[in-house]
Amino acid sequence: MGQMDSVVGSSPLLEAENLSKRFGGVHALKGVSLTLLPSEVLALAGDNGAGKSTLIKIISGVHHADGGSLRYAGKEMKFDNPHQARDCGIETIYQDLALADNLDVGANVFLGREPVRRIFGLPMVDRRLMREEAEKTLRALDIHIHRLSSPIGSLSGGQRQSVAIGRAIHWKARVLIMDEPTAALGVPEQRKVMELIANLKGSGVGIIFISHNLIDIFQVSDRIMVLRRGSKVGEVRTSETNPDEIVRLMVGG
Amino acid sequence: MTTTEAVPNVSRQIRWLDFLAAFRAWLFLGILLVTFEIWAHAEYNSTFFLNPFNVKSIAIFTVTPLLLGLGQTFVIISGGIDLSVGFTMGLSAVVTAHVFNWGTQFGSPVLSLVLAVLTGLGIAVVPGVINGMLIADLRVPPFIGTLGMYGVARGVAFLLARGTTVPVQNALIGAIGNGEIAGFPNLVLLTVAILAMMHYILSQTRYGQHIYAIGGNVNAALRAGINVRNDTVVLYILSSLTAGCAGILYTAKFSAGAAQAGEPVLLDSIAAVVIGGASLFGGSGTVIGTVIGALIIAVIQYGLVFVNVEPFWQFVAVGVVIIISVLVDQIQKQVGKDGANG
Repeated sequence: MGQMDSVVGSSPLLEAENLSKRFGGVHALKGVSLTLLPSEVLALAGDNGAGKSTLIKIISGVHHADGGSLRYAGKEMKFDNPHQARDCGIETIYQDLALADNLDVGANVFLGREPVRRIFGLPMVDRRLMREEAEKTLRALDIHIHRLSSPIGSLSGGQRQSVAIGRAIHWKARVLIMDEPTAALGVPEQRKVMELIANLKGSGVGIIFISHNLIDIFQVSDRIMVLRRGSKVGEVRTSETNPDEIVRLMVGG
Repeated sequence: MTTTEAVPNVSRQIRWLDFLAAFRAWLFLGILLVTFEIWAHAEYNSTFFLNPFNVKSIAIFTVTPLLLGLGQTFVIISGGIDLSVGFTMGLSAVVTAHVFNWGTQFGSPVLSLVLAVLTGLGIAVVPGVINGMLIADLRVPPFIGTLGMYGVARGVAFLLARGTTVPVQNALIGAIGNGEIAGFPNLVLLTVAILAMMHYILSQTRYGQHIYAIGGNVNAALRAGINVRNDTVVLYILSSLTAGCAGILYTAKFSAGAAQAGEPVLLDSIAAVVIGGASLFGGSGTVIGTVIGALIIAVIQYGLVFVNVEPFWQFVAVGVVIIISVLVDQIQKQVGKDGANG
């Protein structure tokens, strides 16, 4: 087994084979395969309607594939809903971040999984534990938020993004899917989120990263996969390509 | 990733406004009490809130709007509204009176009281379940769904009451409704018990936490695995149940059930929730806030009568307080947002 262990580190976290999906008459995904390694950032590029969203929604359990297979950590998987995927460690961060602006950082990190302690037999949500645990996770990611007990709505876009990422990491996500994480941010904040993604690679998390922004893609990704009209039209190492080539693949010129 | 703190004077302004927004209801209540106290002294050389009779009257007066506003607080925090509570209360009051009268044939007033209370609560659950399913399953907007239920409950309540009030033919229920324990009216004690329970549910349980999440961002709640559908149905059942409690207490207080028991109080109850700091857009509000809100309305109404002002001024005063409450809320939110972005 000792020999196996050394291989495990680089064996794929996620292997999708020939995934396809139809919505009525629209063939949204036509047999797309994807591999994701630990500590790797895979960028998905493609124009609107290329199938990027459909692909990540199949991986995260939102949609069922009509054909193809999905292996996660070496095991065949079929997710009936996003919760199953999440429980396995596949976490998706959507553009709207899925944060409740009226709740504080701790409550957001523990949303839907609040710890409870008993006082005189009455179950009570343990807010202090939530705050402390959230702070611990964020600090480990080098995220510093001073107003931990204020509602999240009062934080900046980049801070909110990092809370969403921190939440995923807190719940032991091994695959992190990010849909346009920088789209709504100002330039300095975009840079900070990019730094955070680079940090995450160090912890062994595999990241699938959707973006329209080629600068972001080239800054942070290891590989780039290009989709067009539901098909994979290219997959290249980031170090071996350039933005012109990616754009050509995207538009099919 | 390091945060740069907001410019000091901006953050001081925000903190000041946060404080004002958080405690505005207490502030209003304090100002009102002091005003009426001075007024009563100056004009009639008597005391207003140091008089136990006045305090007791205000407390009893607060019971109905508070109970209606209590479930409403939960609903409003979730981003909904329940317009049907006024007539759910009437329905419950009428049914409680009927069942109590019917139960007296068994010869035990206690038995018929138990039956009446259980049926009164049971009948209140019906509009709650229907509201919840309309809103959670059929995606009817809460305003419309509960407005429809407002009409249905109203009609059924008046039909059951045959268009009149239903007097209770045994002294027991009236004795409870007007009795006191150690100087505290039973109605107020029962209401405090219900309040404590609802406060616990909202502020301490996971369910309460999920209500805030649903009101803050329903998609976030869904993605976090919160059962928004079931939670929503429970929400409207809770709202109906507190309205049912109000109906039962009404019947106990007046020894008669009336279909229109809650009608004049509906808007006051929503006002109490809003004055208490809840946002009609959902996501914020507390039970304590609603208590203070209901007390503010009661003090205005009772106080103006006490100092002999024409009763119509009550409407003006309550209206002004509602508007000021919402304005403070909006200004605070706007400044808070500018602070975060700037």
